[in-house]
Amino acid sequence: MSTRAASIAPVTFHRLMIVDDSNVIRRRIERAHDLPFVELVGSARNGREALELHARTHPTIVTMDLTMPEMDGNECVEQLVRRDPDIRILVISALADKATAIDALERGASGFLCKPFTDRQLNDALRKLIEY
Amino acid sequence: MTQEAEVGIFIDSVLGYFNVTVQHTAQCGTPYLAIGRSPEVSDYTAMIKISGKREGIVYFTAPRSMLSVMLMRMQETDMSHENLCDLVGEIANTFAGNARRGFGHQFNISVPTVVCGSKDPMEYPAGTRPIVIPIDWRAYKARLVVCLN
Repeated sequence: MSTRAASIAPVTFHRLMIVDDSNVIRRRIERAHDLPFVELVGSARNGREALELHARTHPTIVTMDLTMPEMDGNECVEQLVRRDPDIRILVISALADKATAIDALERGASGFLCKPFTDRQLNDALRKLIEY
Repeated sequence: MTQEAEVGIFIDSVLGYFNVTVQHTAQCGTPYLAIGRSPEVSDYTAMIKISGKREGIVYFTAPRSMLSVMLMRMQETDMSHENLCDLVGEIANTFAGNARRGFGHQFNISVPTVVCGSKDPMEYPAGTRPIVIPIDWRAYKARLVVCLN
């Protein structure tokens, strides 16, 4: 009897949404993320656009800026987690103090990455988010 | 915190940004007080309003050529005016946001306001004097101006 089938690990596909008011940062994350089984479903420029995009595309993982016009990242994190408690959100912000990171995690984010970041730091943080 | 220590926080933000984002070290010149006239601004300027525990403005000003090269170093192919405005705003946002490491979480920052052209667009808080931090990166010269009460 073959045991080959039992040795194949199940694959989980993730749907990524990028939220940042900077086009440069959105495109940078789009280019830099290189994790297998992660599909980019869209990018949003602020919290309000992110909520609309979420309703259409149902992402499973999100990168979220904090300082944005119209609706900031903290409010968006709270609303996304209320809609989908299983969603995993990586906050990526220049606000580099510990209190900001703790606040984001208390609101429902799963991780925090400080700007500026390298491609490797981004992918490490996304990998942790997926394994969270 | 002394004024020297406060300036040091911003210098750390500048050096960290260039090292990480464009993998090429920047040099900060000796900071100076802009007395008698406003600091010169370059092609693209992004201003952040500071509120909370401290009040004032922080702005970053840089030439178009420098921002274009930075975009290239970031593997960005879009060198449009809109993307240059976006980049200068993101840099100012990062410098000011990173300064919360030293100033604490009550150092609130606004979204950036971007101005193009070489006229001085800044309104400084009454009773304050801008501190200019010269930035040399490759052959380019930029400035970070900090004006806090």
